[in-house]
Amino acid sequence: MSTFLQVIVNGLGQGAVFALLALGFVIIYKATETINFAHGSLVLIGGYVAFAVKPHLGWLVAALVGVLVAAIAGLLIERVLLAHSRNASPDSLAILTIGVDVIILTEVTRRLGTAAAPFLGDPYDNKAMQLLGLTVSRTYVVALVVAAILIGLFFLAFRYTSWGLEMRAQSENREASALMGIRSWRVTASAWAVGGALAGIAVLFLATNDIGGGSGLLSSHTVAFAAFPAAIIGGLTSPGGSVVGGLVVGLANAIAAQYVSLDFANVAVYLVMLVVLLARPAGLFGKVEQLRV
Amino acid sequence: MLTVEQLSARYGRSVSALRDVSLTVPEGSVVAVLGSNGAGKSTLLRAISGTLGLHGGSITAGQIAWKGQRLDRLKPASIVRHRVLQVPEGRQIFGRMSVEENLRAGGLVAPASARAEAMERVHTLFPILKERAGQPAGLLSGGEQQMLAIGRALMSAPEILLLDEPSLGLAPQMVARIGSIVRDINATGTAVLLVEQNATMALRVADLAVVLEVGELALQGDAAELAASDEVQRLYLGGHAESERQAEEETTAARRGARARRPLGVWTP
Repeated sequence: MSTFLQVIVNGLGQGAVFALLALGFVIIYKATETINFAHGSLVLIGGYVAFAVKPHLGWLVAALVGVLVAAIAGLLIERVLLAHSRNASPDSLAILTIGVDVIILTEVTRRLGTAAAPFLGDPYDNKAMQLLGLTVSRTYVVALVVAAILIGLFFLAFRYTSWGLEMRAQSENREASALMGIRSWRVTASAWAVGGALAGIAVLFLATNDIGGGSGLLSSHTVAFAAFPAAIIGGLTSPGGSVVGGLVVGLANAIAAQYVSLDFANVAVYLVMLVVLLARPAGLFGKVEQLRV
Repeated sequence: MLTVEQLSARYGRSVSALRDVSLTVPEGSVVAVLGSNGAGKSTLLRAISGTLGLHGGSITAGQIAWKGQRLDRLKPASIVRHRVLQVPEGRQIFGRMSVEENLRAGGLVAPASARAEAMERVHTLFPILKERAGQPAGLLSGGEQQMLAIGRALMSAPEILLLDEPSLGLAPQMVARIGSIVRDINATGTAVLLVEQNATMALRVADLAVVLEVGELALQGDAAELAASDEVQRLYLGGHAESERQAEEETTAARRGARARRPLGVWTP
């Protein structure tokens, strides 16, 4: 029983990190209708900068700088590439982000070199803690708490601030929001910056021995791909759904790894996605338009 | 004053939608734009509000100015900041957001201190929007959605309101109500440029009117005179007697003080 509870805690902790990634992914998709295949690269950029800065400024400042740079990277992708391709279809822009991903991944890999396997979660990685009689990895607990706070703040902002209102208005009807005086570029640019920042935070947990494992920072790019099924399970356009999707992916991953095999864990995530899509083609929270006519 | 001078617009590279259209909307007046489908009425409003580009269109010649300030090179969000507001065709409310959130979205460009007052004004004009504040806007009836669309635009205290077919798809009673709402809004000093296919209602509430035909200005002048002209009567005022009479009753208050008009073309089946 205690093993099962441990698996659940680990799954939720891992899921919380996927939720951060999927949330950023969904925010970007809602604002620009573009699937950002470079999300893994935003993760990697944040992680790389944090790793590079850490020896000079310490972990906390390095983490903050990493998050900031990931946010700026997101902003730059939108401002430099997407904003100048206004007439391109969302599909073309999605392919553009694949190109960006390849470039960033190649460059960061080159800079890190093959031998380096840096990990980022110094304050919590590889440390156990007692929680309600269970021995759990601290990384999962910290990830869960940090993600819960950030996601909570995001939803408050989304619902009650002018920024949230602008985001929701624009994602629902671009023309009507322009006619309300909402500046479209500010909404899309801020969405990419927020998506980048969330990726920069996620990497602080992904590039750890506990969650990422493998080759450390570099493997976080691969692990971040689990955010895609998380967002799709949630419904792609639903921020709330992305959080649920993240948790589902985390739990599926942890349970499959514990009770079947490590190799099967990745497959399990996609199996869950397939089952969800068969039952609900729009994802768990992908809304069907309700309009009285 | 809104001035449109020799405006030409097109969609894509070849579809010409407006040719050499000139008109003025004096401050505080209601100007109706009449015309059949495809006459360029919506294109004219989109050109003024800067949203032509969102429909694949562009201005090819001429200029638009509001109070001496050129609008034709500005983006829609900047035009709104000059207090020129368009209520688009088909209402285009934010269906997944609540009624109150729709109104809040409308007031985003207004100074924070003016928002509460604007909300109160909208609630006074449309009490139903206060009653349904928490309801998803997509579930309102067509007439209520139109009120919300107008109320949302009023949240940023426009000096001129561009209304695109506000009566489209509404029951005759609601059409008359919309007419009286336009008059109420105008009574507070807001100018209105009213694009309508329902010429009966439009000419009743307007001071001036223009008629567009296939992208060109065909007629313009005093609304009452145009209503009396044979051409407008024949082409645009073939209304049904029943809705006409009903509309007449509903808008009596709105017409208070208006100059006497000749009866419009009414036929009895």
